[in-house]
Amino acid sequence: MSEDVKKFLYVNRKAPYGTIYALESLEVVLIGAAFDQDVSLAFLDDGVFQLTRGQDTTGIGMKNFSPTFRALGDYDVTKLYVERESLEERGLSADDLQEIMYEDEDDDWAEKPSIRIVSRAEMADIFAEQDVVLSF
Amino acid sequence: MAYDVNGTTVEHDEEGYITNLSDWSEDLAKVIADQEEINMTDEHWAVVNFLRDYYEEYQIAPAVRVLIKAIKKEMGPEVGNNKYMYELFPYGPAKQACKIAGLPKPTGCV
Repeated sequence: MSEDVKKFLYVNRKAPYGTIYALESLEVVLIGAAFDQDVSLAFLDDGVFQLTRGQDTTGIGMKNFSPTFRALGDYDVTKLYVERESLEERGLSADDLQEIMYEDEDDDWAEKPSIRIVSRAEMADIFAEQDVVLSF
Repeated sequence: MAYDVNGTTVEHDEEGYITNLSDWSEDLAKVIADQEEINMTDEHWAVVNFLRDYYEEYQIAPAVRVLIKAIKKEMGPEVGNNKYMYELFPYGPAKQACKIAGLPKPTGCV
C-alpha cells in the first residue's frame, strides 16, 4: 500500500430490504475495494439486521444478498464493526449474526472472523479515526 | 435481443448478458462462446463452472482480481494467473467468462 491510503468507513444504519440503501452500500464497497484503501464497515441501528443469519426473501420478491457479505474477505474487506447496543435494543446478540470469515495473509492464511462487536463508545472512536465516512 | 438455443430463444441485454439467470444451460454457454469467438475447452469450462459455483455461494460475479486470486487458491498458480486467464478469455476473464456462465456483469465492471 502507498502513502495515499485513506481510511474509509461505510456506515450502514438501515434494514436490508424495503429500501435500496443496504444493497447500494455493499455494491459501493465492492467497487471501491479496487482502489486499495483501508476499508471498514459499521453496522448500527437497524443496519445490524443486514448481517443476521437465515434471511429468506422469497416472500418479498427481492434477491437475498446476505451471502455476498461472506465474499468481502476476497476483496480484502475484513473489518465489520457491529454496535453492541444496537443489537441489544433489538433483542439480538452475536449468535444471531452469520459467520463471516477472512484469511489473514500475514498469518499463514489463518481463518479469522471479520465481524467485531464493539460498544457505542468504541464505535465513536472508530468514527473519529476515519478520513472518509460514507453514510447509507 | 435473444440467443437461439436449439430452437428456443433466451433473452439477453445489449451487451449479451442473459436476462434471466435460470435460462442458462451448457448448450446456451456454447452459443454465447461461439459469438465471443471462444472455442470451449476443458480449461474454459473449469473457469465457467468455478464462476457459477462462486455465484451460487456468494450471489455475486467477482471482480477479475478476486476471480484470479480465488482460482489460484482453488486450482493452483499455473491456472490462477493473469496471463493464462487472458489467454483463455482475451476480452477479460471476468467479463467474458461471466457472460458465458450466464451471470450478470461483474459488479464494478464498466
